[in-house]
Amino acid sequence: MTRKLIKSVINIENKEHEFIGEVSLLEQETWSKNDTLKIIGKEISRIDAVDKISGTASYTSDINLPGQLYGKFLRSPYPSAKILKIDLSKANALKGVKHILTYENTAKYKWYYETSFLLDPIVRYEGDEVAFVAAESEEIAEEALKLISIDYAKLPFVVDTEKASTEKNIKVHNWGNIVEPSEYKRGNIEAGFADADFTIEDEFRTSVVLHNPTEPHCSVVNWDNDELVIYDSTQAVYQIRELAANALGIEQEKVRVIKKYMGGGFGSKLDLGKYTIAAAIVSRELKKPVKVVLDRKEQNLCVGNRPDSIQKFKVGIKKEGLLTALQLNSMGTVGAFPEGAGLSWPAKTMYKCPNLLVNEKSILTNAGAARAFRAPGHVQGIFGLESLMDECAAKLNMNPLEFRLKNYTEVDPVSNQPYTSKKLKEAYKKAADLIGWEDWKAAGSSKSVNRIGLGMASQIWWGGGGPPAHANIKLDKKGNITIYSGTQDLGTGTYTFIAMVASEVLQIPIERFNVVIGDTKLCPYAPVSGGSMTAPSVSPAVRDAAERLKEKLIDTAAILFDEEKNSIKYSNGFCINSDGSKKISLSEIACHLNEQDLLIKGSRNENPKGYAINTFGAQFAKVEVDTLTGKVKVLKISASYDIGRVLNKLTLDNQIRGGIIMGLGYALMEERIIDENFGKVLTTNLHTYKIPTMMDIPEIVIEIASDYDPMISNTGVKGVGEPAIIPTAAAIANAVNNALGVRIKSLPITPDKVLNALYVSK
Amino acid sequence: MPENNSTGKFSRRKFVKGFGATVAGAVVLNPSIPKLTKSLQKKIKISEKIKLNFNLNGKNVSTDIYPYNTLLEVLRKNMRLTGTKKTCNNGECGGCTVIVNKQAIYSCHILAMDIDGKDVLTIEGIGDMHAGEVIRKAFKDMDGLQCGFCTPGQVMSAYALLLNNKKPSLDEVKTAMSGNLCRCGAYHNISASVIEASNKL
Repeated sequence: MTRKLIKSVINIENKEHEFIGEVSLLEQETWSKNDTLKIIGKEISRIDAVDKISGTASYTSDINLPGQLYGKFLRSPYPSAKILKIDLSKANALKGVKHILTYENTAKYKWYYETSFLLDPIVRYEGDEVAFVAAESEEIAEEALKLISIDYAKLPFVVDTEKASTEKNIKVHNWGNIVEPSEYKRGNIEAGFADADFTIEDEFRTSVVLHNPTEPHCSVVNWDNDELVIYDSTQAVYQIRELAANALGIEQEKVRVIKKYMGGGFGSKLDLGKYTIAAAIVSRELKKPVKVVLDRKEQNLCVGNRPDSIQKFKVGIKKEGLLTALQLNSMGTVGAFPEGAGLSWPAKTMYKCPNLLVNEKSILTNAGAARAFRAPGHVQGIFGLESLMDECAAKLNMNPLEFRLKNYTEVDPVSNQPYTSKKLKEAYKKAADLIGWEDWKAAGSSKSVNRIGLGMASQIWWGGGGPPAHANIKLDKKGNITIYSGTQDLGTGTYTFIAMVASEVLQIPIERFNVVIGDTKLCPYAPVSGGSMTAPSVSPAVRDAAERLKEKLIDTAAILFDEEKNSIKYSNGFCINSDGSKKISLSEIACHLNEQDLLIKGSRNENPKGYAINTFGAQFAKVEVDTLTGKVKVLKISASYDIGRVLNKLTLDNQIRGGIIMGLGYALMEERIIDENFGKVLTTNLHTYKIPTMMDIPEIVIEIASDYDPMISNTGVKGVGEPAIIPTAAAIANAVNNALGVRIKSLPITPDKVLNALYVSK
Repeated sequence: MPENNSTGKFSRRKFVKGFGATVAGAVVLNPSIPKLTKSLQKKIKISEKIKLNFNLNGKNVSTDIYPYNTLLEVLRKNMRLTGTKKTCNNGECGGCTVIVNKQAIYSCHILAMDIDGKDVLTIEGIGDMHAGEVIRKAFKDMDGLQCGFCTPGQVMSAYALLLNNKKPSLDEVKTAMSGNLCRCGAYHNISASVIEASNKL
């Protein structure tokens, strides 16, 4: 028996999912350290680099099918309104308009966890979908939108998180504005505070931020007889298949989702788009392909964001630096539909603290719904928690790193389980050395105009991945090898690491492998590319498949050589007999096999029971603050991580730097701004919504603290996509505090906040 | 103009700093951008297609366009060259950067009829040239990309920079490339790719 079915639970983007799936029994031992390996851990150029650099790579928005129509949504200009009357006569009369969907002529497709419909007569945010036009060209569709006449009855609205949380009269949904308040308790909070020598109370705030992947959300759909083919810019082909099938009431097997390349996602492309289903409905009716590409404004209004947060902390500490109690009340807005704005996992799991009380609320407001955004909850939560930890250290006149080490935990404080691996202490040391932490002085030591500050923050995330995740490997008669897996490459290097893992096992050059991913018809199941789980889930399945292929090659060679298979040696793509007199290549073996293709399935093993699997890391920041202008310049970030094994050092460093740069944007410039008088978003383009440019980037140095996780899989890989962004804003905020001696308690840290804080502190 | 850097292309941040939000659309007023030819001016009627003649990647081409079509639309739809990406369609991100008469421009921010009679170079056109090949290899070797969607624009900005400045300093690279946004944040590797290419050229 090499496989079995299991029932297990996996955490994806802060949510637990139960599943039943097939796993491989862990037959291969985890590889030893990377210096014993030939390919893994090296700097290997992306196998898809040339395609992308030369402009030949076809992204979803580049796909055009013959005879396709173009779809466009008419969206609500108001944050809250009821549609009284729709007049389509002028729009329908426009030449080239083929079909218009409104709530009046469209079935009630349930949306947003059954709190609304694909097209709903009540609109709940600026950008909410009102009508869908399909026309012969994009220009005609846009023109038609202007010709649709809608009578709205404007309704009262609320866009401020705090106001919505207490608002009695203005309700986003008739059941209220609060989604699933949750409580978590550990130990005895009162006893913990009674035991403390000091208590500190403080409040931290973060802003709503927008994903802004470069490729807008888009789909091209077509019905091939009764099969729906969806080209989608998605992080989750299998999930889109399931959600689309459910939405349309058809079998999953009748839906094929394809995504070869995508222009970023960062969590915003984990969900099914209304545009996809609207296009599918029209396409089915008119028997023509339909293409929908959102524009930048739609993208910033309608397809997700990171909730804001208001985090109220009370913490108890002993003189010698131990945490005795931690209380957290938090809320954040999830926009107009139910989502989660929870952020307490860092508070629950980062440090050893025996007594904890957490209350969290997700608040509805009349704005676009939230979606997972690169480490949902943790980015906000670490900013609050790590700002607070710095305040604790300052209260005790203690070095912030020393304070964190005093509260270091060797077991997961929630489950009391040991970790499969935790090298956070090593990461602290490496990152501290890289920034020059020995120069750290207490906050506010400098009185000059331009003040330098050092700060740090810790990081925790899941990222162990898990089953079910599969990979098929196919050897054809010409000796070509293709690997298939229903995973995705977001720009994270999935194509390349898949080829690297197979290359390591089969000892043949990486160029010999074709990698096919992101197609539900060709590829076996693999999880969504979210939760930092792609590499830790898929790489073991690929290794499993490649090892099984190697076994099969040896078996075949044994028959051909008429020898025992134990005596056959496999080396660099050749099978060699016991005395070295006979040698046969992989391609020759493929010719001898009486099969057109040799197809072998590999699977991810089950995660070890009784252990917590987490990624850990730390970032240290050096900043310069101009006290005359209030401008913060980040000079340097050092980062060190326990993320298990490094698969590809080239793409890993790139991904970590990218996370840090996105974290820098979160710390200093990114913020969705809504006009409270009109409920309209003011930051719907890249001119008003600032993201970092090449002029904003600091020096970044990275050192990995881990060799590999010894327990989780045959590759020992943990994920890194989300860990990269988690501690950056907190480290920068702590460095700014260190420079000024004044703490900015809300993100982003814009010049006006710095100047105000300096003025107030005088 | 002080905001006009050595490549002839505006740096987004410098531009924004200097002029404020209201004139962002003025990116198309870059002096390098050609005037509408007289022969075209006479013919224009908004609802009627006009014939556009220009040199695309070394070949003279002709296509029927509406006067309101942007160069980006003509490249992607008429010429079926999808390497040039539509990202913000608002002159803010550089994803659609192409080279017109040796100057990098945002193709979403220029009307196609304005390039009548001009030379347009897109990502598809630089592969056959030595410099293009060197730049592409540098981006591959230095991993100057992640998702790759902004990459054609980055490569074209790099090409324009190196066309006009053979040995740029890191600061010059940063300034020239700062009008090309990369949300994945591959900036360090992008600038390293440009430096690497300049060393190899």
